[in-house]
Amino acid sequence: MQFGIFSVSDITRDPVSGETPSEAERIDAIVQIAEKAEEVGLDVFAIGEHHNPPFFSSAPTTLLSHIAAKTRKLIVSTATTLITTNDPVRIAEEYAMLQHLAKGRMDLMLGRGNTAPVYPWFGADIRQSLPLALENYNLLHRLWREDVVDWEGKFRTPLQGFTSTPRPLDDLPPFVWHGSIRTPEIAEQAAFYGDGFFANNIFWPKEHYIRLIKFYRQRYAHYGHGTEKQAIVGLGGQAYIAKRSQDAVKEFRPYFNEAPVYGHGPRMEDFMEQTPLSVGSPQEVIDKTLTFREHFGDYQRQMFLMDHAGLPLKTVLNQLDLLGEEVVPVLRKEIEARQDPETAKPPTHAGRVKDKYGDGPVRQPRPNANRGDNVTGGSPYQDSK
Amino acid sequence: MGQNFQLVVVSAGTSDPSSTRLLADRVAGRVTALAGKRGQTVGTTVIELRELATEIANALVSNHVGPKLQNAVATLRHADGIVASTPVYKAGASGLLTSFFQVLDNDLLIAKPVVLAATAGTARHALVVDDQMRGLFAYLRTVVVPTSLFASTEDWQDNGLTKRIDRAALELVALMTSGFEKTVRDESWGSYQHEYGSAGGTELTIDLDSDLMRLAAGGAAS
Repeated sequence: MQFGIFSVSDITRDPVSGETPSEAERIDAIVQIAEKAEEVGLDVFAIGEHHNPPFFSSAPTTLLSHIAAKTRKLIVSTATTLITTNDPVRIAEEYAMLQHLAKGRMDLMLGRGNTAPVYPWFGADIRQSLPLALENYNLLHRLWREDVVDWEGKFRTPLQGFTSTPRPLDDLPPFVWHGSIRTPEIAEQAAFYGDGFFANNIFWPKEHYIRLIKFYRQRYAHYGHGTEKQAIVGLGGQAYIAKRSQDAVKEFRPYFNEAPVYGHGPRMEDFMEQTPLSVGSPQEVIDKTLTFREHFGDYQRQMFLMDHAGLPLKTVLNQLDLLGEEVVPVLRKEIEARQDPETAKPPTHAGRVKDKYGDGPVRQPRPNANRGDNVTGGSPYQDSK
Repeated sequence: MGQNFQLVVVSAGTSDPSSTRLLADRVAGRVTALAGKRGQTVGTTVIELRELATEIANALVSNHVGPKLQNAVATLRHADGIVASTPVYKAGASGLLTSFFQVLDNDLLIAKPVVLAATAGTARHALVVDDQMRGLFAYLRTVVVPTSLFASTEDWQDNGLTKRIDRAALELVALMTSGFEKTVRDESWGSYQHEYGSAGGTELTIDLDSDLMRLAAGGAAS
């Protein structure tokens, strides 16, 4: 099982100090947060994608390649990459490049984005959000698997003899998670391709997630990728940890009360009781997180939201110490002891290379010489005559 | 063999007892009596919105649906008939009532028979039910009985209100007895818009043969 943190990339006023970090400060902070995640033994760092203030993460692959360069084991990922407003051709290129630079220590999660004004900034229409997401991914999936793609769809200009470069590292496409709360078509697409499915798990009633994850598992098996238990599931969650429960509650309350999404709404105690939010001692966070597998079945990746709502960098780093040292090691042990042996391993580049090639040779595409027309033609690589 | 109906009273009255609740209770009482004459039984559940006020506000601003609100949704899902009753504030239905119905899934109440009722301090608000509330319940695709109920201070001593309550109650009983909701839901449920898990968590049918599902499984957009 993999454990990690995901950030929305919000730049939020600290309600306690009254300070709002500058973009420069917050961007520096996120790099330190990611490095800290590796230092305390977490497996994954993921960043969101936004194109409006007060968020900074408009160019996730740039950030993630920098983080990958500064770390050694950490998997960098997204939460989410917008499959609607990004051209799938650009996603194919940028994330394949990231995959090379990160030496395979990356994957990505696709989401649709729900802010209507963002769509027209990129020439898209939110009313077409779902078919756009589905069609774009169908294309992205091919761009990473076929050297030369001829394609025609509804939403972008056709492609004739197009080769997305660089080809994925080891000719193995990046692993993809599809994030959704309530859309069966997204779960169906994840199942059809044998990709991962991620439920953000921030808002309950959990019944929505339970049903959709169950549907995804059934369809994953239907399409022959494995059994329902072998489907690849990721979950979100959020926590604020202190050695003593009452300190956690006291420290986090002002941030909860003014949090961008649910602040000025429910009481923190109600939200803790009724959603996956844990605010308390390491043991309380452990106990709550252990209930997730009972609701959703054994899963491969647990992500925590730790750096939002204006929490200052120092606090976030301290939270990561507690998460990495006191919570996650116990969770690893407890989950390993309880996990169904049929459960699939979490996706890693090395594991997936092994699955694809066994002990055989790994394809390393070498391009043919440029024919002088800057167009690749039907066999751009030496082994694709 | 008499039918058994579940009647749900939704009251946005705030005092205890409120005239808003009183008006709704009188409707419920008449519904029970009129159904009884036909050998039918009626079980009545009351949703007092004042007890849900915080959760309704939370759901509006933060998407978080609390446990009391979830219970109210479950209750309405099983309703055969609904009485929705509100005080009039500033020439409109109470925001508590409209907010509650606004946070429900669009398809929760499809084809359910509803009596609408309002109370006010002056008869000048008499058209609030017909002019304002009907639109909301039309959007929810409920079937509102022809007789709207409105009680201002002077109506409480007027036998005309009792007659109108009788009329509305009979109209509701007639609609419940006719099986209108069941017919609509059985035969054309699929032609209304649904979201996965909407209709109070019951709408779980996934049409694998839709255009979007074909697109999800690698097909082409239509």
